Amino acid sequence: MAVKNLIDGVREAMHEEMARDPRVVLLGEDVGIRGGVFRASEGLVGEFGEARVIDAPLGESGIAGVAIGMALNGLRPIAEMQFADFIHPAFNQIVSEAAKIRYRSNNDFHVPMVIRAPFGGGVHGALYHSQSVEAFFMHVPGLKIVVPSTPADAKGLLKSAIRDEDPVMYFEHKRTYRLVRGEIPDGDFTVPIGKARTVREGKDLSIFAYGLMAVFAEQAALELEKEGVSAEVIDLRTLLPLDREAILSSIGKTHRGLVVYEANRTMGAGAEVAALIAEEALFELDAPVRRLAGPDLPAMPFNTVQEEHFMPNPEKIVHAARELLAS
Amino acid sequence: MPQLGESVTEGTIGRWLKQVGDQVEKYEPIVEVATDKVNAEVPSPFSGVLTEIIAAEGETLSVGQPICEIAEQGGDSAEAPAAAKVPDAPTPKAPAAGAMDTADAPQPVPAAYEPLGAAQNAGRVRTSPYVRRLANDAGIDLQLVPASGAEGRVTREDLARFQQQAPASAAAAAPAQPAAAAPQIPQPAPPVQPPAMAGDRFMDLTPMRRTIAEHMVRSKREAPHATAWFEVDMSSVVALRKRIRAEFEEREGVPLTYLPFVTKAAVEALREFPQINASWGGDKIIVHGPVHVGLAVAIPDGLIVPILRNADGLSIAGIARGANDLITRARAGRLTLTDIEGGTFTVNNPGSYGSVFSAPVINQPQAAILSMEAIVKRPVVVQGDAIAVRSMMFLSFSFDHRVLDGAMANQYLASVKRRLEAMGPETAVY
Repeated sequence: MAVKNLIDGVREAMHEEMARDPRVVLLGEDVGIRGGVFRASEGLVGEFGEARVIDAPLGESGIAGVAIGMALNGLRPIAEMQFADFIHPAFNQIVSEAAKIRYRSNNDFHVPMVIRAPFGGGVHGALYHSQSVEAFFMHVPGLKIVVPSTPADAKGLLKSAIRDEDPVMYFEHKRTYRLVRGEIPDGDFTVPIGKARTVREGKDLSIFAYGLMAVFAEQAALELEKEGVSAEVIDLRTLLPLDREAILSSIGKTHRGLVVYEANRTMGAGAEVAALIAEEALFELDAPVRRLAGPDLPAMPFNTVQEEHFMPNPEKIVHAARELLAS
Repeated sequence: MPQLGESVTEGTIGRWLKQVGDQVEKYEPIVEVATDKVNAEVPSPFSGVLTEIIAAEGETLSVGQPICEIAEQGGDSAEAPAAAKVPDAPTPKAPAAGAMDTADAPQPVPAAYEPLGAAQNAGRVRTSPYVRRLANDAGIDLQLVPASGAEGRVTREDLARFQQQAPASAAAAAPAQPAAAAPQIPQPAPPVQPPAMAGDRFMDLTPMRRTIAEHMVRSKREAPHATAWFEVDMSSVVALRKRIRAEFEEREGVPLTYLPFVTKAAVEALREFPQINASWGGDKIIVHGPVHVGLAVAIPDGLIVPILRNADGLSIAGIARGANDLITRARAGRLTLTDIEGGTFTVNNPGSYGSVFSAPVINQPQAAILSMEAIVKRPVVVQGDAIAVRSMMFLSFSFDHRVLDGAMANQYLASVKRRLEAMGPETAVY
């Protein structure tokens, strides 16, 4: 095994899947010659050619629509949205077409497509390069949504997404690309969609998070440990469908839950986790479930002070955990 | 239960001044409530008829709990439904009670009040669903479990602690009336109890004892205490008091102790050093305009500090009268909330018990506290290197070192000393 970046996991997964399965193609803005703005697809056009690594025009609706057509006709496209912020023009294609075709065609057609999109803030991306859009898609049956927070999960989840028979939204937090390092097992492996990962076990409270926030939650747990607080950290990994068993069994252990997410607080992923716990595990609860999230502001500010105000971080998680334990 | 003061979280119903069926005017006192600090009369927020007394005398309720119902009459009918559960004229809740037979009774009298049973009270225990389930499974009445959580909640740890002590607690709790277990004030987790030795007994914490404990711990934890001692020659004050005492007590009708003399000097010195008359405000220092002096009064079950307002405008006689009134009412439990709020400085008199030296704890958030110790005759070296017998007294002065430093504290004490030693036959008492 070798220690690698999270973006290495993304690249390796695409490389290995394209080598393994000639139906796998990649399309998106600058994914070819440029190798992607984050270098996720570096070297792929040279190896697999322009027919399978396609530089698309600036038009996200077109990229999604073309990918859906490819998928319906037997290919396994990976459509890259250069930034999740630009996914909104493709919303109609994803929600009205990709997510519904299997249902609408009575199982005759299906869309084995992956949409990859770098998301999240804390990188001085300001309002058009910092958005967290996962909640829009969590509302849509027919989609799957995954968010890795380790290099191994990045690779294993992307392979599972490519091999899935239905559309999968694969969100990569930009800040984790080179911040998070970890071992990637050698050889071909997958990480199942729909299974959360216990980052660390604890007994005093459960912190549920994903993406960069799972990384921060682990750091916060180390800090809390110094105060004698044993925090369990659950990386949700898959937001749709949520791993209900993992969430409920963790609450059954700790009886206190904190959901951390970077997206705007209202109607975010945390709402669904909190509702699940309230409905299924009320009599396990020792305190109301808490959410720590980005504020309900229209956009991530650019300047450092305001950006830090917007972003949850390990200190804020520690503080929220303390409050939860005191309530 | 109205909010009866900043830190007051609950109150105990004292005497009902109005009974069911009584007409009450807006602002008319309807019930006496005892808090951990004072007894207060609660005025009626509406005019109307008292239709139901929900909280019985002796019952302790947290702030915000209903204590009675009043049916509004005459007033703006739009407000009425909001104010009372019974929107129109009160109707008897139990017609079988026979009250309706008295045709000339101006107000129908509802059935006799029944105190809430334990089963009804059970719903009031604040806790989490998980703890409720655990208690239910274990067959434990959460009413009996002392609470340590936020806002008086029974926590998991409280329940576990209670279960561990179950044999002793169950025996003790069984004969006690449910009301004894009802007060659940937020408190820090109690330390592990030492095993009881033969002859030991437990004293339940009264609300006042608990408040004193919390305040003292908070003061010692938050304020870095520094203490200074000054020795004052009180011989002239002793002589002055001796000379005028009989006349004073006849004229004013209150005893003349040394407290007014020391308080007078302390207050005058506060005018000279206003920074002593201050509070720590977190990110600032609050230098108070008025001088409201707290007088520490020992009462049978604890200690209370009523406030002598605008003490800087009072003569020695005025201080004596004001202090006597406060002390008398404190010992009788007749202080009102305004008597104990807003102090800016505290004077303490452990000397009345014979103490000659102490290190007082500051009454938060004030900056300082002055203790006057016992006046004792001592041989001292006086002017001309002679040795004389003088009436000497120590002043013990604790101050919050965040607010002021030793230099100012000692200048202040020197000023108090100078003023006391300068008192004599010409001092204006009235």
